[in-house]
Amino acid sequence: MTKRLVHFALPLFGIALAVVAWWAASRAVSDLPSPARTWEESKLYILEPLSKRGETDQGILLLAYYSLMRVARGFLLGILMATPIGFLLGVSPTLTRMFDPIMQVLRPISPLAWLPLGLVLFQKSEPAALFAIAVCSMWPTVINTMMGVRAIPQDYWNVAKVLRLSRFTTFTKIIVPATLPYMFTGYRLSLGIAWLVIVASEMLTGTPGVGGFLWQEYNSLVYAHILLAIITIGVVGFMLDRLMGMAETKLRTI
Amino acid sequence: MSFIEVEGISKSFQTSTGTRDVLRQVSLTIDRGEFVSIVGAMGSGKSTLLSLLSGLTQPDTGTVSVGGTVTRGVRNDSAVVFQNYSLLPWFTALENVRLAVEAACPELSKQEQRARATQTLERVGLSNAFDKRPRQLSGGMRQRVAIARAFATKPDVLFLDEPFGALDALTRDTLQQELARLCRDDDRQVTTVMITNSVEEAILLSDRIVPMIPGPPLDCARRTRGVNERAPTTLGTPIPVDLPRPRTLAQLAHDEQATHARAHVIAALTAALGRKRATSPLQPDAASAVLRPVAEEPR
Repeated sequence: MTKRLVHFALPLFGIALAVVAWWAASRAVSDLPSPARTWEESKLYILEPLSKRGETDQGILLLAYYSLMRVARGFLLGILMATPIGFLLGVSPTLTRMFDPIMQVLRPISPLAWLPLGLVLFQKSEPAALFAIAVCSMWPTVINTMMGVRAIPQDYWNVAKVLRLSRFTTFTKIIVPATLPYMFTGYRLSLGIAWLVIVASEMLTGTPGVGGFLWQEYNSLVYAHILLAIITIGVVGFMLDRLMGMAETKLRTI
Repeated sequence: MSFIEVEGISKSFQTSTGTRDVLRQVSLTIDRGEFVSIVGAMGSGKSTLLSLLSGLTQPDTGTVSVGGTVTRGVRNDSAVVFQNYSLLPWFTALENVRLAVEAACPELSKQEQRARATQTLERVGLSNAFDKRPRQLSGGMRQRVAIARAFATKPDVLFLDEPFGALDALTRDTLQQELARLCRDDDRQVTTVMITNSVEEAILLSDRIVPMIPGPPLDCARRTRGVNERAPTTLGTPIPVDLPRPRTLAQLAHDEQATHARAHVIAALTAALGRKRATSPLQPDAASAVLRPVAEEPR
């Protein structure tokens, strides 16, 4: 019982300490709103999370929903490209040698760099944002899928050979199930990156969402809302990771 | 002409330090319906030989032919059972067997394939384990599934790579008997090649026993050219086991002919080890009839 209490009490205590630190910082920096003021100015957004008052003046859940939808599309696009590439690189050392340098160069490029290219390519902010999310978030999936295929034990390849399975059957019955846990780890990391990219892309394109809201409120000098947006981004990101983590552990047991 | 003809096959492996010759000029003939055991110590290249016979790997020189056709890649009329079961963990016992049947017998309907898989699992006593995944099964039950998977495709040739090596002694005994029964019951007389390190197991199951003779240790001067610590393995003269079936371990323990065969096999196996035996106290006791590692098996 006491163990449980500690289990829940300790994180709460940690959060309380962080809020105290925030409060202390707000005393020192005049423009930084205190926790109480942040709550006062944000409660309309939190207590009416789904109301729509204007283009960017909307409840926080609605804003988060827009961002999540954008992330979902960009992420799906990303893993749709990344998964087959990962499988191809995993089964073919030749392809890996061919494309590894390009991959290593493309991987560290910031979303802020991809976005203008997306705008040039697609002329509109929405597809440009999706492009940036997809291109930035695909790499962990590519690399994990590739590693997963390479980690398939020789035993399973022997089974495929001994049973004389066709290439297609080998792929669906052996390679995919054996790689699935690795793939999901990739998806989890990719989703984390996609969520990081959303804020940057919304800020630059000014589309409605948590990131767009953050940038707009900065421009209209409502600093409390910046903090609201930051906390929202953090909480949503945390929940996404937890959800993917749960899916991952489910798959591991197979 | 024999059913299986192995003609002068050799195999060597490239390692980081050089070429390691594992087998040199191995020849063997096996008749249709015969059960032949190849007995040798760990590290003598047994698994390498079985992969070559089954077509999993290709020999550097020489040929393996079955029923008059030369083996290139795994044959569609053969099945292989590995020591470590090699079941797919994401499939149930039934799905594992069905996968083999579907691949080997595409001409059968889905129902017929399923029926074949269930019947074979029933034959190995797994009627209650159809929907269990490998990790829910004991080692013995897993190997039963693997044996069922092999028999389900009704192969002409069965290759067994230390099929009972990973099992405890009691399970081993039971499964040996079941394998003997399955081979006997099979109306088409499957030809079987088994790799084992147990002389007793070989006597229990085989018509003939072929000892694997590891080459003598090489001196330092010759070793520097490659990574061969020993000369490549060759096969000894086959030893016939003319005992009536069914056989039991208890009966074999006192049978005169079995005792004779056992002594014969052990003599053949230890002849090559003899030189090292005299100098090393760590050498295995031949009377235990299970040989210990001489060198690491190449992977």
